Parts: sequence; C-alpha cells; structure tokens
Amino acid sequence: MSTALNSLAKPLHRFSVRHATRLPLMVTATLLVVMFTVGSLNYEGFFSAQVLLNVLIDNGFLLVVAIGMTFVILTGGIDLSVGSMVALSTMLTAWLVEQNGLPLALAVPMVLLVGAGGGALMGWVIHAFEIQPFIVTLAGMFLARGLCYMISTESISITDPTTTRIAQTRVLLPGGLFVSPAVVIALVVLALAFVVLHHTRFGRTVYALGGNESSARLMGLPVGRTKIVVYAVSGLCSALGGLLLTFYMLSGYALHAVGMELDAIAAAVIGGTLLTGGSGFVLGTALGVTVLGLIQTVISFQGTLSSWWTRIVIGGLLFVFVLLQRLFGGARHAE
Amino acid sequence: MTPPDDTGAAGRPAPAPGARRLTGHPLFWPAAVLAALLLGNVALTHDFLAVRVQNGHLYGSLIDILQFGAPLILVSLGMTLVIATRGIDLSVGSTVAIAGALACEHIATAQDPGSLSTVVTAIATALGVAAAIGLLNGFLVARLGVQPIVATLVLMVAGRGVAQLITDGQIISVSSGAYKMIGGGYWLTLPFAVLLAAALVAVTSLVTRRTALGMLIESVGGNPVASRLVGIRAAGLLVTVYVVSAVCAAVAGLMISSNVSSADGNNAGLWIELDAILAVVIGGTALTGGRFSLGGTVLGALIIQTLSTTIYTLGVPPETTLVFKALVVIVVCLVQSSAFRARLSRSRRPSGPDPAPAPGDVAARRQEVHP
Repeated sequence: MSTALNSLAKPLHRFSVRHATRLPLMVTATLLVVMFTVGSLNYEGFFSAQVLLNVLIDNGFLLVVAIGMTFVILTGGIDLSVGSMVALSTMLTAWLVEQNGLPLALAVPMVLLVGAGGGALMGWVIHAFEIQPFIVTLAGMFLARGLCYMISTESISITDPTTTRIAQTRVLLPGGLFVSPAVVIALVVLALAFVVLHHTRFGRTVYALGGNESSARLMGLPVGRTKIVVYAVSGLCSALGGLLLTFYMLSGYALHAVGMELDAIAAAVIGGTLLTGGSGFVLGTALGVTVLGLIQTVISFQGTLSSWWTRIVIGGLLFVFVLLQRLFGGARHAE
Repeated sequence: MTPPDDTGAAGRPAPAPGARRLTGHPLFWPAAVLAALLLGNVALTHDFLAVRVQNGHLYGSLIDILQFGAPLILVSLGMTLVIATRGIDLSVGSTVAIAGALACEHIATAQDPGSLSTVVTAIATALGVAAAIGLLNGFLVARLGVQPIVATLVLMVAGRGVAQLITDGQIISVSSGAYKMIGGGYWLTLPFAVLLAAALVAVTSLVTRRTALGMLIESVGGNPVASRLVGIRAAGLLVTVYVVSAVCAAVAGLMISSNVSSADGNNAGLWIELDAILAVVIGGTALTGGRFSLGGTVLGALIIQTLSTTIYTLGVPPETTLVFKALVVIVVCLVQSSAFRARLSRSRRPSGPDPAPAPGDVAARRQEVHP
C-alpha cells in the first residue's frame, strides 16, 4: 500500500520540481490572458490585435533594455545604470545629430559604442575589484545622468529629416495592422538573446555563473570575461533602447527614462527570472514587458484611473512575484 | 550639532608629522575631506564660514548646510543601521514622499490647520504609516528571507505611486505655523530641523553604543549564521532596524515638506536613498555589513550637502552634482575594496602597505575638479 503511494508521490514530486522554475512564467502567461480578456469584456475597442501591437510599439525600447537586464540578473548581478544610460543615448544622439550635424549613420554606432564601453567598464570594475554590482552600477547611474545634464539641461528636439522619416515609418502587417521599426528591432534582439542564452557556450556560462560562481570558477569557466561581457551586453542594450526611445520621442532629454531600471527589473522578475541568478527565461522577460504595457493600456482605457496607478500595480505585481520566487526558490534549495 | 567643529579640530593638523595615530582614526578621512571642502569654499567665497545673528536667528552658509542637510542626515542614520545588518533600504525615498504627503493632506483638510493638535495628529499618522512600511520591509527580509535590495525595491516602485495617490497627483500646499516649525522654524537661535536631527543622532548613538544593541546589530551583519548559533534573535533585530529606517525617513519627509510648506509626491525625496547610501559609504561603513559608524555617516551626509552647496556657489548647473557624486562613489568604493588596495600595494611595494595615499586622492582629485 505504502509502496503504491510512494510510486504515485514520486512522479508528482518530480513534476513540481521540474516545473517549479517555469511556474512563475505560467502565472505570467495566465495573467496576460486574463488581463486581455477582462480588458476586452470591459472596454469597447480593446479586443483587437492592434491594441496588443500598440503595447509593443509603446514599449519596444523597454523590451530591449529588459533583455540586457535579464542577462545581468541571470548572472546574479543587477544593473541600476540602464535608465540613465537610455537617457544618455537619447541625449548623445540628439546632440550629435542636431547640434553637431553628424549623419545618423555615424551617430548610431558611436552611441552604441559608448553604451557597450560603459557597460564593459562597469563589469571590469565589478570583477577586478570585487565591488558589489549594485554600487558600481549606482555610480554608473549617477555618472550617465550627470553627463546628460553636462550636454544640456534642456530638451533637444530632433528635426533631422532622416531621423524623422525613420520615426514615422510603419511596418505594415497583413490585415491592416502595423508596427514601428523599433518593434522589429526589439524582436530581432529578443531572438538573438534567446539563441545566445540557450544555444551557445557563453549562454551556459551565464547561467552557471548565476547558479554558483565559485563552482563555475572551479569548473574552469571564464568567470571574469563573462561578467564583463554581460555588463557590456546590458550597456549595449540600454544604448540601443535609448536609440529606439529617441525615434519614439524625437528628442533627447536628461529626464527621459527616469526609473526605467526598475521597470526593466520588474519585467525580468515578472517574466520568471530569479533575482538570485541562475534561472530564468528571456522570453519570459518579453511576457513581463507585455504585462507592464498592458497595465498601462488598461488604465488608459479605464480613463478614470490616473497614471500613478501604473506604479502601484507594478509594485504589487513585483511583490507577488517576489513571494512566488521565494516559495519556489525555497523548494529548489530544499531539493 | 558638533560634527563640523570636530572637523576643524581633526582635519587641520593633518599635515603635522607624527600624526599617524590621528590618520588611523576611522573618522579622520571623512573629516579631512569635509574640512578640505569647507576650506575650498572659503577660497571661493571669503565670508563662507561667517555666521551672523539676524532677528535672533543664526544665519550663514554653515547653518544652511546643516539645515538643508538635516533630512539627509536622518535618512542616512536609518540606512546606516540597515547596512550594518548587511541589508539595504531602497524604499526610504518613497517613504519620505509618503510621510510628507500624508501629513500635508491631513493638515490641508483639517478644520484649523494652525492648531497644535492637528499637527500632532498629522505627524503621528505619518510616523505610524512609516512604521508599517518598515514592518513590511522587515517582514519580507527577516521572515521570508527575501534579499533586502529586492524586498525594498517593491515599495521603491510602488511608494511614489502611493504618495501621488494621497496627494491626488497635486502639490498640496499647507499654511500652518506649527507645522512650519519642523523644517523651517528656529529654536534657541538654531534651525529646529538641525536640533531635531542632532537629538535623533544622539539618541540612536546612545542606544546603540551604550547598550548591547549596536553590537548585536553588528553581529547579525557580520555573520548571520554564527549569531543565530549564539542565540541572537536576528529576525526581531532586522525588523526593528527596518522600522527605525522608515521612521527616520518619515521624519526627514516631514522636514522637507514643512520647509517648503507643501508636499510633492513625485519629487520629494527623489534619489535620497542613493545619497544616503553614499553618505553611509563615505562615512566608512562597509556595504558588506558587520560594522557601522554613526559619526562617519553624519560626516558623510555633511560632505554630500557641502558638495551640493559648493556646486551651487560655483554657478555650475546643479544637476551636474551627479557627476561629482559618481566620482566620489567610485573612489570611495575603490579605497574600500581590498582587491584594489592589494593591487596598489603590489605596484608600490617598497613603501609598504600604507592606506593613507589612496583616500588622500579623494580630497586631491576633488579639489582639482572644482575650480
């Protein structure tokens, strides 16, 4: 009798363990479906594919930034500098193109280089001097935001014809739907990140590093190099996110993207990435960004709710998912 | 408030030979940096250190630094205790905003905004809600074992939304003489905010240094497992520390909103958590926990405030303060990093291990940057 019970309990237990890390992701997916259904039932004009695409159009830059953040969180680190880095790239682009008359084709690689270089520098300091990522990227956050103000304390609007033409481009989809080029770029970055994380040696090292750094070192994995590259990826993603935001806003401003690091972290967490590192999915991050975007959409459709409800709801969701992580993180450790 | 006077006493004899014991004092480098900053300001504006009496109040740049620095000192005070337990409290900025919003909302809707009872209820409400915020943070960290940075991130994100909700997205102005006292009033010729901050610093240092509490906090931060094995109830201590931090932030929030007679849910206390962390780190408390220095934190907060004042005096756009703060964070962290010091001493082996030159660079580099 007891053996029968045992034979039943074991696969059940195995099921829960195997799916423990995926459970938050399933919760997020369910949440997304519920939000969309409730929105469609309550608001006229909500039930359309274009509403979902608009979420992507309005949050493409956040998706790119959150993908970079996912890399960093997977290694067990955190990057607080991303919001400032986004602002700095909008500012740099506007300054180079608008005030120095540089062609866009030259400005874009420069901005990307600044982002990747800044990220790599922070990664190097974190690795070489064993300082907590949190404090190093905090300094990076101050520095990038301060540099924005050094360029200009005013908003620089962009009138460059090439830039405005790209900004107004619509990528038409069948059925009269459309997205912006930024969405296409964001999805390409997502696909690249997926391939890198799940199908390359570098991706495996990232997960190993977050799982247990000393084990990774003992296994002979290139811990230092991976860390530096991961922060460089995050810097590159924030610079690219900043470029996409520049096209979206058509201006550079030091106050763009204040608090975006929190949105990016929230998106990763809601998407099922464990904040202690070592476990998570970059596709989940995309789901997380969609959830955040959909919250904004629902609130704007509701009309009577003010925008600050967005922050409260995001905070509440973050709370729930942190508790979920704790629950399943604990189960994982018990195992 | 004594720290600036300490500064003068400890900072100036620095070049004197044979002062090795003095330079070894943990408060020496923060004090020296503060003294250097103040002296730099004297070079810029000659009557910088002058304090005069006007209408029975003390006036002068030094008094201004103390008055505007008081909220930061308070927030950093709570942050020091949290960091000593190996934690971090990112929610203080939001708590500042919530406390100010609650108090101003209560006063603005009250029958008689000027009466003492209204103001006392407003303050009690703000402090009570702050204590609840601290309890929530403490519960997440101590009972559920969530990383402090994540646990407090939740309220950092949501808190500003809550503050906006309380003020309905508006800036609430209040006209209450009794409330104005907290942040803008004077008592015994000194700004009341300074006295309040000094009193809270004094009480905290008495409680942590004259009783075993400080040692217990350090023990939990230094080695949580060992402290549990010797029977220290870490959970209760952790919760207390987060409550203290939130209450300190709330008092700071009251000061800020009282000083400008209004509550701004969006901007009150924006980035103060980062300034507070910076103040704690400059003061010599390591982010890895296990040891803390309240005196160092007060000096650190004053350094940040003086730096901001200097930037204003220089006529540089005040927003560029962020660049200087970033440089300070980097330098201070490098100095604290043992890996960095190991590299440094390896590259200059003949002179032997000498911790002095590196922090000296902080002052030197900053003095170079200023003019």
